[in-house]
Amino acid sequence: MKMAFQQELWQPKELDVATDQLTRTEEKKELRIPAERAQSVGQTVGKPFVDNPRMICREVNVYYGDKHAIRQVSLDIARHEVIAMIGPSGCGKSTFIRCLNRMNDTIDGCRVTGQILLDGQNIYDRQVDVVPLRAQVGMVFQKPNPFPKSIYDNVAYGPKIHGLARNRSELDQIVEISLRKAGLWEEVKDRLSQSGTSLSGGQQQRLCIARTIAVGPEVILMDEPCSALDPIATGKIEELIDELRQQYSIAIVTHSMQQAARVSQRTAYFHLGDLIEVGQTDQLFTMPRHKLTQDYITGRFG
Amino acid sequence: MLTPATIVIAILLLTAAAYRIGVRRSLSVAGGAQAIRVLHSRPPYYGVLTALWCALPALLVLALWQALAGGVITHLVKADLPPEMRALSPAQFSLVINDIKNIINGDVPPDRVSPAIQTAAEHYRRLQQISHLAAAAVVLSLAILGLALVRGRIHTGLRARNHVEQLVRWLLAACSTVAIFTTIGIVLSVLYEALRFFKAVPVLDFLFGLEWSPQMAIRADQVGSSGAFGAVPVLAGTVLISAIAMAVAVPIGLMAAIYMSEYAGKKFRAVAKPLMEILAGIPTVVYGFFAALVVAPFIRGIGQALGLDVSSESALAAGLVMGIMIIPFVSSLSDDMINAVPQSLRDGALGLGATRSETIKQVVLPAALPGIVGGVLLAVSRAIGETMIVVMAAGLTANMTLNPFKAVTTVTVQIVTLLVGDQEFDSPKTLAAFALGLLLFAITLGLNIIALKVVRKYKEQYE
Repeated sequence: MKMAFQQELWQPKELDVATDQLTRTEEKKELRIPAERAQSVGQTVGKPFVDNPRMICREVNVYYGDKHAIRQVSLDIARHEVIAMIGPSGCGKSTFIRCLNRMNDTIDGCRVTGQILLDGQNIYDRQVDVVPLRAQVGMVFQKPNPFPKSIYDNVAYGPKIHGLARNRSELDQIVEISLRKAGLWEEVKDRLSQSGTSLSGGQQQRLCIARTIAVGPEVILMDEPCSALDPIATGKIEELIDELRQQYSIAIVTHSMQQAARVSQRTAYFHLGDLIEVGQTDQLFTMPRHKLTQDYITGRFG
Repeated sequence: MLTPATIVIAILLLTAAAYRIGVRRSLSVAGGAQAIRVLHSRPPYYGVLTALWCALPALLVLALWQALAGGVITHLVKADLPPEMRALSPAQFSLVINDIKNIINGDVPPDRVSPAIQTAAEHYRRLQQISHLAAAAVVLSLAILGLALVRGRIHTGLRARNHVEQLVRWLLAACSTVAIFTTIGIVLSVLYEALRFFKAVPVLDFLFGLEWSPQMAIRADQVGSSGAFGAVPVLAGTVLISAIAMAVAVPIGLMAAIYMSEYAGKKFRAVAKPLMEILAGIPTVVYGFFAALVVAPFIRGIGQALGLDVSSESALAAGLVMGIMIIPFVSSLSDDMINAVPQSLRDGALGLGATRSETIKQVVLPAALPGIVGGVLLAVSRAIGETMIVVMAAGLTANMTLNPFKAVTTVTVQIVTLLVGDQEFDSPKTLAAFALGLLLFAITLGLNIIALKVVRKYKEQYE
């Protein structure tokens, strides 16, 4: 990593108090910030908003039962960008991206407030059906989870349930294009009928990406997509993410700051349910504005 | 009186003593309780090792002695009997031995039997006493020998823990083979009787014969003297009833399992699942009279109202009730299998925009299918082997029919009727029960093997 931490940090005056308090909280190893302080940290540093965004999130709160997992998060996701979510374990970054295609609906006791707009439409609106939403906002998970079906059927599954292909040859085409985009076609074109579970971990994850692409999403959410993979497979996935950016908006959760620095254009730093700082990736890693961000990226905790 | 029981008690006392001696000895070779670190194992291991070597060989020899002594004594007594008695046929000779034993046990007053037998009984008693004495001497000295040997070998470097663990391992292995040997024993005994049956009735006639009427003439001129031992109609009845039962149990059980694992809330599940498993705990006799007294008349009533000819004991009644009995089998096994499908697969499908039912139908069920099939096969073998319900509700006539409204009979019912009451054990009529038993065993064994293979294959998929 090539980062200059010695630089003078610019910090807005009004944030000093909050930062101080937070630092002390950290020292006491408290996991929760008391409610009265929450308001003051609800302010995100940096540039959470962009022009002409694909997704708009405003004052999003997530509760698991009584636990307040995400507080007042406002963030835009731009077109043709990769935005990385970083932060220590339990900071809410996975919870946040799972809000973006309402995967949190499947968790008992999970409640989301605030607004999340996809192309101007609030996805938490009563009229919105999650089924087409999840086709528009696809998701790749931490552990490769191909279905116990053939490679072909894994990719064809999404188009089939959404009726995207009128006949077999169209379906064949979608499968081939998706596998090509995922960089897997050359490796599997002669064994499409083999089980998806017979592939290696990295291939499985690319198969899952192909499966997601096949339904023609606008946004792809990736929840630590490389955490179960070795460095070579990780490298391939990262190259792939960079190529996919041409067509899709990508939100990726990662524990690896190197990965965030390599693949993303913007980075958002979460801490204990708060969105602390958002910025251009190179700026955030070289000149973090917030004390907590600096502590995290210099490895003081996390 | 020195009986085997007293010998066993003596061995146990010695064993307890051996434990203490072993512990003491280990402490003394270590040089006191403070210095036990120099011992390889902690003192109780030395105690257990001593105790095991004291008890195990002695008990083994005692068991062997008990098993063999009777035969040896009988042989010796026989050698001393008058020649005319020795010339008796084995069956009659066993009666003589029985007399002798009765006298010894005091069940028969000695003056009721012939003097020759009285002398023999006296002889038998004497030999038995000698045998017991000898057993006591041999076994107890063996126990003491074992104790002394181990005690003498205790030193700080003796790996007592390893030895004990080795012995315990053998003990566990022996226990696990009990089930295997029992199965083999059952198979052999059924096979033996079945082979006797097949001497009277050819195997092919039994397996492919289309008529079942297990009557053997006692006199040659008796009416209906010719027995027919074709297993096909009986087997057909079993298949028909099992098929009806599975037609009830598989859909209901599977759908219940899907609801329980995918849709039901925690509270509902916590209440409904145990309630459903109660179904499996109802005695089959109770199911039997439920079938015979409630379901069968009900079905007959409906049949009559529709103008159908339904007999009062119908395959349908027995099959329906059996199906209900099997529901918890299918549902709880399927529930386990559905729960074993990783959540990540569901997430994957939902993340692609599949609906909940699409996810279940196209991803969860196919993934769980081999396991579910395994569970269903286990349920089938349960249905095939089920006896009480069919005895009470299905009837006794061996009809070759696929009509569920007719009375049919099953393999298990026929076995019961053939063996109930006084029977001659050399008539094919009785032996037919064993042949049927063998057939049933072969079928369920086959199903179980297939089921286990399928389940194992399924498990490998996610490991």
